[in-house]
Amino acid sequence: MELTKEEEAMLDGKHGETLALAYRILAAIGEATGADKLIPVEWAHLSGVNYNTIGDAGETFLSHLSKDAKFKIKTTVNPMGFDFDNVSKFGLDEEFITKQQSIKHSYQKMGASPSFSCIPYEIFELPKKGTQVSFAESNAAIYANSISDLKTNKESALSALASALTGKSPHSDLREEENRKPDLTIRMRAESVDEVTYGLLGYFAGKQAGSSVAISGIKELDRRSCKSLCAGMGTSGSCGMFTLDEGEGEKIDFDQKEVTKMRDELNTSESGDIITLGSPQLGLGEISDLVARLKGRSFKKHCMIFCPRAIQGQIHNLGYDKELNRAGGELLYDCCTCLTPLIDKKDVDAVITNSVKGAYYLRTSNGVDVNLKNLNRIVEEETQ
Amino acid sequence: MNIKIIVRGKAKGTVLYTRHPVNFLGGIDKKTGQVRDRNHDLFGKSIRDKILVFPNGVGSSVGAYTIYSLKYNKSAPLAMVCLKADITTASGCAISNIPLVVAEKKEYESLKDCQEITVDAIEGKIL
Repeated sequence: MELTKEEEAMLDGKHGETLALAYRILAAIGEATGADKLIPVEWAHLSGVNYNTIGDAGETFLSHLSKDAKFKIKTTVNPMGFDFDNVSKFGLDEEFITKQQSIKHSYQKMGASPSFSCIPYEIFELPKKGTQVSFAESNAAIYANSISDLKTNKESALSALASALTGKSPHSDLREEENRKPDLTIRMRAESVDEVTYGLLGYFAGKQAGSSVAISGIKELDRRSCKSLCAGMGTSGSCGMFTLDEGEGEKIDFDQKEVTKMRDELNTSESGDIITLGSPQLGLGEISDLVARLKGRSFKKHCMIFCPRAIQGQIHNLGYDKELNRAGGELLYDCCTCLTPLIDKKDVDAVITNSVKGAYYLRTSNGVDVNLKNLNRIVEEETQ
Repeated sequence: MNIKIIVRGKAKGTVLYTRHPVNFLGGIDKKTGQVRDRNHDLFGKSIRDKILVFPNGVGSSVGAYTIYSLKYNKSAPLAMVCLKADITTASGCAISNIPLVVAEKKEYESLKDCQEITVDAIEGKIL
């Protein structure tokens, strides 16, 4: 990868340790992806915010970095481990809370917007079509490339951090127009079409595809199903975008047999002790739809509903918080199902969710069983 | 020999070889370096102080911090050799100063588990 004189100087440490570190990351991923140069990006969305995932090493690193580092471009951040407004209810230990506070502080000190959301594409105004961004959260990177007409690679927590510090990213993979053309088509042939099926389709596609995949046979994709598809795809592989058409090259069917196979991999229980909604977090439209479906019904089990803080005011003004509380739902902001410390296998055997991504991480990280079913069935079977 | 240098450095050690991609976030214990993914052929083994030879990294973008945590906890591999360097592995190795190279398929497949090798990611050689 060719660097300009100025970039070389930064890599060599002539402009301080922080920029040298950031350029070292950019140089490595530039080599790894065969980039020719660095290009400007306008927005970085960072993962690596939850103390549960980055641990003491990450907390110490960020605390040290934030002593003099400042983000150069618009920077937003992923959910953290819990909602500070509700933390006392969960019996988390003091150390977790202190370390999470430190991580939150470090990101904000460097200039991050305190979004703590995995759906930046739904809560922020989007830049103009074709803009280069740097998104580490996989569902957000896929959504940005496929739906929002933005360009990003499926960044890592640290490559997006390097973009935030420098305003740059290597010019490679999905940042180049010719690499965005899919070389594989998945034909949607499943009988039932709900958000869980779309999540499983994404999970299946992620396992099969390279950087970009075409999906044919979809007439309409609502926001909930689309988010589910993006999140499923981001969980299982390295694919960073999809198009809704029939592309050139190899074609594979996603039929009922494959739906069952994917579901069997993730659904390990016929029931559960609690319900979680969110991963990705729910936007205002989904909250409004949930309220309409409940119509006087109440959850039979504790139901955790994960949302971005950005919509808390609207949820309150529209009276949705009151209605969801009445129904036994608990609104939690700034955090999400994935890698949450709020669900512990000491207290919970199995979790009911409609999230394919959530199901994967609940099993592998929280070590609990999962009853995966769509929102219709959750409302039908788990409320009265 | 066709070796592409991703992160510079030099290390001598024992090969830990796998044909399966590695999911650093879910699959490796960041404190001990033990592989904890039950479906992985390295399950139960430790990547600590080994030369990890694997095709590529998969899974969460936060895996880059797992590599850094391994280094912080003195449980990281001495070097890594892969077939396709992904962004998560490359960025994790870059801030942890873990030498990382990409080997061509033939070269990669000639490496054997438990073999003693030197990864020279300055000259671009595996000896």
